[in-house]
Amino acid sequence: MSRTILVGLDDSNNSQRAIEFAKQFVDDDTVIALVFVIEWSRFSFSTVEENAQRHKRREEELQRAHEMVLKPAAEHLQQENIAVECYARHGHVAEVMNRLAVKLDADMIVVGKRGNSALARKLFGSTTASLVQVAEKPVVVVP
Amino acid sequence: MLTNPICIDRSLLELPRPKIMNKLSLLLFFWLPMPLLAQNEVGIDERINQAVQPMTDFITSVVFAAIPIAGVDIPFVLIWLIAAATFFTFYFRFVNLRSMRHSFQLIRGDYDDPNAVGEVTHFQALSTALSGTVGLGNIAGVAIAVSLGGPGATFWMILAGLLGMSSKFVECTLGVKYRQENADGSVSGGPMYYLSRGLAERSPNLKGLGKLLAVMFSVFCIGGSFGGGNMFQSNQSFEQLVAVTGGDASRLADKGWLYGLVIATVVGMVIIGGIKSIARVTAKIVPFMGILYIVTGLVVIFMNFTQVPVAFNQIITGAFSPEGIAGGFMGVLFQGFKRAAFSNEAGIGSAAIAHSAVRTNEPVTEGLVALYEPFIDTVIVCTITALVIIITGTYDPSGTANGVALTSTAFGKQISWFPYVLTLAVVLFALSTMLSWSYYGLKSWTYLFGDTKVTDTTYKLLFLVFVVIGASMQLGSVVDFSDAMIFAMAFPNILGLYFLMPVVRREFLAYWERYKAGTLPKYD
Repeated sequence: MSRTILVGLDDSNNSQRAIEFAKQFVDDDTVIALVFVIEWSRFSFSTVEENAQRHKRREEELQRAHEMVLKPAAEHLQQENIAVECYARHGHVAEVMNRLAVKLDADMIVVGKRGNSALARKLFGSTTASLVQVAEKPVVVVP
Repeated sequence: MLTNPICIDRSLLELPRPKIMNKLSLLLFFWLPMPLLAQNEVGIDERINQAVQPMTDFITSVVFAAIPIAGVDIPFVLIWLIAAATFFTFYFRFVNLRSMRHSFQLIRGDYDDPNAVGEVTHFQALSTALSGTVGLGNIAGVAIAVSLGGPGATFWMILAGLLGMSSKFVECTLGVKYRQENADGSVSGGPMYYLSRGLAERSPNLKGLGKLLAVMFSVFCIGGSFGGGNMFQSNQSFEQLVAVTGGDASRLADKGWLYGLVIATVVGMVIIGGIKSIARVTAKIVPFMGILYIVTGLVVIFMNFTQVPVAFNQIITGAFSPEGIAGGFMGVLFQGFKRAAFSNEAGIGSAAIAHSAVRTNEPVTEGLVALYEPFIDTVIVCTITALVIIITGTYDPSGTANGVALTSTAFGKQISWFPYVLTLAVVLFALSTMLSWSYYGLKSWTYLFGDTKVTDTTYKLLFLVFVVIGASMQLGSVVDFSDAMIFAMAFPNILGLYFLMPVVRREFLAYWERYKAGTLPKYD
């Protein structure tokens, strides 16, 4: 039976560790689904000009996510003959990852720990912590 | 300088003498060197007035041409706005009231397509448009309306706000329907597009008229962006800054040009320098300032809750049988209607530009969302201001006081430090209104003159010049003129709306049927 491992990426080295960790669980029948979430809220405030440019920006953001983050990671895995799927999405990081994990019926979600300072966590909250709270699939946090 | 506040000129809408316009003098006016403006304020002020007066007087007298009704001179443009709002309310069978629940669901995102995450949402389009309209009109204008028209003016203001929701519905639906997707992937929309494209689509015979109305609208919108959307803002926010720092004794009292330069620098950094962070910060702070204003207003009202029934009694009795108000019943009605129309810009067409960027396959949905703009702006925010003023008894029936100062005093009676917060709010509201209007004006400008680097920068430089002029001078006739330009936008816009309303009705009825049948895709 095929397995799916969802790996959340960001633009740092933390995601590299997450990928390396996920690779341990790969067998012939495993798909690694890479996801990059662009932080976005439908309730944010924006300027008139930003709104007019938004559609174009969105395409650019998605394209950049694919080119800069997803594609290099995917190629790295494909060289080792691992099946890969790529997803770039806008939204709340934890919610989007969870929803995708449910949709793909992933066996686990793997993310790298960001290691923010205590102050930063107090101010901005921790993405990893909120993922653990909302997730309906097992989450592995790689230190 | 600045002893006679300009907002009074705005509110009284006096009708000066028409003369012939002189293009050259207007050009001269544009190229006045800035340092001269700062130093010889009185002389330059005089000269500018003389230079542009013939043209401004003519336009002002046409736009604000008054019709005497029951002894009160009511400007035609006001009748034009209210009549349209009333007509649309009936034509769309009270869409303003009966769709409010559904509109709220739309704003909340219940019907957002999950494949469109990351696009402009209904909420964003609405909040952006609101930060362009909520501002000095809600703070300064209401104080003047209650002063001149008594508490009863509040009643008519609310009624006009409710009717204005229908005008917004029509224009914002059209703004999305006929917007243009540019080659670079951005979108442009607004009256210039629905007037030209929409009318041409209705009938080939209307093509010429549509084009003419679009050009007229653009010209007026550019004028409005220099005036009400710019000079009025920098002028009034500076007045509040002076008032809170000690009035005539303030060190800032004669430094309007300095304030103007500071604001122009900030605005210039955004619109020319492309420093998006300032615009973004403003966009984020202004809504909180608005919320803070509402909450503080409610706190003041709550602190005096025993007087609330009295205040409402005053509002109702004052609305129908006013005592001691110039013009009697019609006078009160006029003050209330005027303030509502001026504050929420329904029928003016500006909001249609702001709303057009939303991503939706159903233009009607954005019209429904836009309903909330006059509701929040007029029915909620203006009413809170009015209640605070009525409860604290801060009127000035002589009509010579500054609007912002009145509201500031009213709040200050209850919460002594609030005028300082209000000053910050006023400056930020002014800034965000300027940024919004610079965009509206630029869109109209590039519609007329093409979208090149040169035309673009020319407009932006002009805009900055007007920021400084607005803050540093007492320009009665120029401000009259710029007000006239904003309200002149309503003539081509509403005329176009009458032609295009069957299109909106067809789309609305089809949409509403699907909503009622429950066949709209819902994702949440």
